[in-house]
Amino acid sequence: MQAAVIVFPGSNCDRDVAVCLEAALGHAPLMAWHGDASLPDCDLIVLPGGFSYGDYLRCGSMAANSPIMRDVVAQAQNGARVLGICNGFQVLTECGLLPGVLMQNKGLNFVCRNTHLIIERNDTPFTHHYAQGEEIIIPVAHNEGNYFADDDTLKKLQDENCIAMTYAPDDNPNGACLDIAGICSPDGHVLGMMPHPERRAEAALGGDDGKRMFTAIVETLS
Amino acid sequence: MTLHNRHINETEITDAIVAEHGLTPAEYAEIVAHMGRTPNMTELGVFSVMWSEHCSYKSSRKWLKELPVDGPQVIQGPGENAGVIDIGDGDAAIFKMESHNHPSFIEPYQGAATGVGGIMRDVFTMGARPVANLNALRFGEPSHPKTRHLVSGVVAGIGGYGNCIGVPTVGGEVNFDASYNGNILVNAMCVGLARTDKIFYAAATGVGAPVVYVGSKTGRDGIHGATMASAEFDDASEEKRPTVQVGDPFTEKLLLEACLELMASDAIIGIQDMGAAGLTSSSVEMADKGNVGIHLNLDKVPCRETHMTGYEMLLSESQERMLMVLKPGREAEAEKIFQRWGLDFAVIGELTDTNRMQVSHEGREIADMPLKPLADGAPEYDRPHVKTPPAPALSDINHKVPVDAALKQLMNSSEIASRRWIWEQYDSMVMGDTIAGPGGDAALVRVHGSHKALAISTDVTPRYCLADPVTGGMQAVAETWRNITATGAKPLAITNCLNFGNPERPEIMGQFVGCLEGMGAACEALDFPVVSGNVSLYNETNGAGIMPTPAIGGVGVMADLGKAVGNGFIETGHSIYLIGETMGHLGCSLYQRAILGDRSQVAPPPVDLHAERANGDFLRAAIDGGLVAAAHDLSDGGLAVALAEMCLKNAIGCQIDNLDDRPEILFGEDQARYLVAIAPDSMAAFEAQAEASAIPIAALGKTGGADLTIGETIHISIKELGELHESWLPDLMQ
Repeated sequence: MQAAVIVFPGSNCDRDVAVCLEAALGHAPLMAWHGDASLPDCDLIVLPGGFSYGDYLRCGSMAANSPIMRDVVAQAQNGARVLGICNGFQVLTECGLLPGVLMQNKGLNFVCRNTHLIIERNDTPFTHHYAQGEEIIIPVAHNEGNYFADDDTLKKLQDENCIAMTYAPDDNPNGACLDIAGICSPDGHVLGMMPHPERRAEAALGGDDGKRMFTAIVETLS
Repeated sequence: MTLHNRHINETEITDAIVAEHGLTPAEYAEIVAHMGRTPNMTELGVFSVMWSEHCSYKSSRKWLKELPVDGPQVIQGPGENAGVIDIGDGDAAIFKMESHNHPSFIEPYQGAATGVGGIMRDVFTMGARPVANLNALRFGEPSHPKTRHLVSGVVAGIGGYGNCIGVPTVGGEVNFDASYNGNILVNAMCVGLARTDKIFYAAATGVGAPVVYVGSKTGRDGIHGATMASAEFDDASEEKRPTVQVGDPFTEKLLLEACLELMASDAIIGIQDMGAAGLTSSSVEMADKGNVGIHLNLDKVPCRETHMTGYEMLLSESQERMLMVLKPGREAEAEKIFQRWGLDFAVIGELTDTNRMQVSHEGREIADMPLKPLADGAPEYDRPHVKTPPAPALSDINHKVPVDAALKQLMNSSEIASRRWIWEQYDSMVMGDTIAGPGGDAALVRVHGSHKALAISTDVTPRYCLADPVTGGMQAVAETWRNITATGAKPLAITNCLNFGNPERPEIMGQFVGCLEGMGAACEALDFPVVSGNVSLYNETNGAGIMPTPAIGGVGVMADLGKAVGNGFIETGHSIYLIGETMGHLGCSLYQRAILGDRSQVAPPPVDLHAERANGDFLRAAIDGGLVAAAHDLSDGGLAVALAEMCLKNAIGCQIDNLDDRPEILFGEDQARYLVAIAPDSMAAFEAQAEASAIPIAALGKTGGADLTIGETIHISIKELGELHESWLPDLMQ
């Protein structure tokens, strides 16, 4: 199996997620440059957290239009697995691979803290190492993580079982609709999430709930 | 100051123009002597920033020289962009703290943001990847009409910059006091990591070598920022808003990655960030340190505005710019890297053998100045100073408030209350190496890919420094050392950010001299040398000075991070011990201020450096031996507040039954003390080691339960304590 982490100008969690992928894979993932026209050969594409293009215009919007994203979208439609974390989730909504939008946090401030998440769907390539309904702790760190979509879209997400994870009751850090922390495509192949599993993937960092996301996808694709 | 380029150097230099540049008539006369002629306007501008207090340290240099700066751990002491220490295994920690006080008061978001950006450039200029940011903030009293606006702006600015560039903000400190009403303090510290054999310095050598400008384009922002930072404030200061720089963390992130990429090669001879006084100070410092001359052609400088004069280009403090000298012939390879990151790259001059700074613009020489006097010719002042009179002891204490109510009030007070509202706005975890973030005694940041960690803390207690500068200076260093020690780490060196009022007033200069005396003694006694720093004077508004605030930023190393301990109880049934002697010193304590409502200047707790050293070394050895489950240094609020904080961390209460419950004992701020929690099977060894080392320890009680109970008089639920502790700041900011 091979994974590629896309590096946009302003990405800042690219190394962090590469460390977790390497731990799960046994070898380093490829780092793919935003300006390249095509992706290297890979089974998993990761859009990391950060401030791609400085969040200018709108979070994720310029990254969504960078050269490499045309190939990311094409490969996703061809069955590649795609994981977008934080800014990566914003890019996924901006490029149309996932519906909805990430608005500014309800509290109007950046928020960085641990959140309790509920795994709402454990049959995706990324979440099958968690139990259905399991509560885990993963940190968030964002200013625009307030997931919003119109009522029809939210209903569709529910009907097609696309809500992958939610914030536990009373622990919604940003005002997201339906407490949504992460959503996926109906087949589960594309996952976007605001929390950062790569920041809690070893005991020394306070916990390793995030680690199973990486072991799960590696097991699926190996 | 808008002058047309063709007129600027024909303007006659009048006394008024000299004064506008912040120079005294005597200083101007010296400049004329160095030049051998009357300087033109551009030259005067360059001299004025190089000779400003901010760049030349003319009032403080005499005293800074007396601080201890050496030690086997020191690779580079003061004088470079940042200090460098050896942390073993070929790794170096590179760090510095710097003030951005004046701009942050005028425009809090941009002022604070560019303070963070500037200090990070100081660190990565030296080849280090920044791995941790901290900040030491002082605001006016909470009820002051500007305080909320300034807090929210400064916090958003710090977060906006650090979060975007992707360096975790892992700690800091915040005080509120009326003396900062018109002059807040924003001190930003950055710590970076490099290999000891890959450190970059400013000195530029090699006549003919190209001088290269990289980063953002130059605009008119920040012109005379260094001069502004060297003057007192008055009510008209807000008109200086145009001199506050505007930050772009996105560009800085690109600049960081591009510089580190180029630094992996051997193409760079010298590199310097364009901070205060921008292009002027960076080119002067590089050429002077390399003992060469420099010629700049300003026509090559990338500008973002049209018709900029040479004067403006030389004095602009536009952010996210670097100047470097490359090995001849390596320009193309370097340019390719910067182009890939979308940054400007321009060869704007070359090194010469003239020992002069020569500048041409639009086909004409517009400045020609000798380098030495620019770089270190500014006069060194031995300003008159009067010693702060000794403060009397606190007397006639009337304890009106029961101790349990006093504890509740302290936990909900401006100085003790939780800073969560602030630090949750900072990304404290990016880079995936934050072992202990905000809220601990010292932050712990792992050295990437290893088992060791940096321990970092910032501290000073300004009210002690005001009452007794010598003791206050000592205490600031000692508390930093204690905070690092309480994690188990070995303290190695400090940076400082010395914030004082107007040095031309002898009593202010007396505070400065006193604080440095105390600081020097503590650095000496604790083997904790100063490796970098910054001085911020003229922190006054309408003649009212701030409390003397010599902020200390300390760095230590934890050789095996698996042995580090936190400052909260982790298990029920552990024994709680107090290390150090308790005399019950209430003078200058928070109890005196917040509970007794007494703000009179009385003597702060004395600092016994021998006891500090002995008690700290004992605790560190006990942690290293695996005997300690949790440790917390005692500072503001004394023993009772420290106990409450240890309970709150993991919501584990405690029962203290062996403690005198007089206010002096509960809230006194005697120094050189720690609280520790010890598991039952480690008690015997812990007690034996204390006895062998002749360290005073006292068993106070046990962890457990849902309450903090001290004897018969204090019985408060952890839940209530937590609500009191957590609610103050959000309530203020709502």
